[in-house]
Amino acid sequence: MDQVEAVFREERGRLLAALARRFGDLDLAEEVTSEAIEAALVRWPVDGVPPNPGGWLMTTARRKAVDRLRRDQVYAAKLAVLQVDMDRAAPQATGGELPDERLQLFFTCAHPALAAEDRGALTLRCLAGLTTPEVARAFLVPTATMAKRIVRAKQKIRDARIPFRVPDPHELPERLPGVLQVVYSVFTEGYAASSGPYLQRLDLAEEAIRLARILHRLLPAEREVTGLLALMLLVHARRDARTGPDGSLVLLEDQDRDRWDHELIAEGRGLVVTALTGGAGPYAVQAAIAALHDEAADFAKTDWAQIVELYDVLLELDPSPVVALNRAAAIAMRDGAEAGLALLDELADEPRLRDYHPFALARADLLHRLGRLPEATAAYESALRLAGSEPERAHARDRLASMEQT
Amino acid sequence: MKYMLLINAGELDTENAPVGCEPEDWMRFDKEITDSGVVVASESLADLVTATRVQVANDGKRTVTDGPFAETREVLGGFYVIDVPDLDVALDWAAKCPGSRAGGSVLVRPVAEF
Repeated sequence: MDQVEAVFREERGRLLAALARRFGDLDLAEEVTSEAIEAALVRWPVDGVPPNPGGWLMTTARRKAVDRLRRDQVYAAKLAVLQVDMDRAAPQATGGELPDERLQLFFTCAHPALAAEDRGALTLRCLAGLTTPEVARAFLVPTATMAKRIVRAKQKIRDARIPFRVPDPHELPERLPGVLQVVYSVFTEGYAASSGPYLQRLDLAEEAIRLARILHRLLPAEREVTGLLALMLLVHARRDARTGPDGSLVLLEDQDRDRWDHELIAEGRGLVVTALTGGAGPYAVQAAIAALHDEAADFAKTDWAQIVELYDVLLELDPSPVVALNRAAAIAMRDGAEAGLALLDELADEPRLRDYHPFALARADLLHRLGRLPEATAAYESALRLAGSEPERAHARDRLASMEQT
Repeated sequence: MKYMLLINAGELDTENAPVGCEPEDWMRFDKEITDSGVVVASESLADLVTATRVQVANDGKRTVTDGPFAETREVLGGFYVIDVPDLDVALDWAAKCPGSRAGGSVLVRPVAEF
């Protein structure tokens, strides 16, 4: 039965997207999608799988939606688009597959009119098919809080009538980054959990990759979509080597590179080339940096000069303090700790970096390398205070302990 | 679906002339939105110094005070009510409105349907 449910997970997103667009209401779409899938789980084992499963699900869900709206006229009146939509012919399912309207749903869930914190939640719920408790766990909030946020967001979509549509080509440069940001923020929480006992939350990273793969299939020509998928694959490839047997943090320089996922690296490298061809965006450049790390036989052989050049490009595309921090760390590798530290100290007043754990840690490491031990101790203490997950804290504690011994 | 575009004037900066909200920009915008046929109602409001505030307490006592009110950062300068298919279209009109420029903003609010 699990297998059947796995099949439905993919189908659920498509069904939900088609119904949401048709009825302009996510609540109704979710309700009848679940009912149609439940009906299939009961009927198909008895009657056999219908020749056109997607069409069967769509017809069943649509019939349930129309029934529901006939029963509840007040609700029906709220969905003013409905009269038109109920009369419109059902979307044609071709070859047993539903028409794929998930791209519309991606843009609705990531709509800038929704609160930034709600966009990721809706995307995980509607497109990754997570339940509300699962989404709550993903964002480390109580289920009741998440349920309220999802209800609020869906209400805004319905009542302010946020459309289910793919932006026109001229709007894409403005709207696509918002969708990519949602997917990437799910990934970064998976890459480095903001709190909790584990350094990484692999299930979240994998959900983000799954979402990016869907987006990539839907928008194959968008280089930044390709770039984002490449970036996530190239970083996710190191997952097994990033933690020790006890879950402790293993730095890039200490990782066993044989444990990297070379299949993902190969796939990511192929995508990077496409993403960089014809003008690179920020995700493609970050993916290129990740590829250079993945290609190095060991840490010392990393092509730091080229990495610094890519950070220069990235800083032009995305002049953010976090990019400047990463560039400074790369310069420390190319030109020495002193040069890197000078750049870090220039960034010390950036509000976004003041309480940013990686900044404190990078500074502490450089001070340590330069033998400025009292300052390094103070910086490691900041890093310890700002660390998110338990392994990050343990790492900072280890560093502090090693300072006391020297 | 009807949306109200509430136009909040930006903080007036006398040194730098506001970009894109000269009287002719307003006239061009008003003509464009009117010609498109989406306007249900629109007004621009007289200067804030002419405003008067009325409050009635639970005991029925009326209090009338002279506006404007100190520290009001956003001053409603006018509005359009438009009838368009969805929020994206309303947001496009808001972005075209000169009131969204030069430090001003346009608040887009769906009109409740009963």
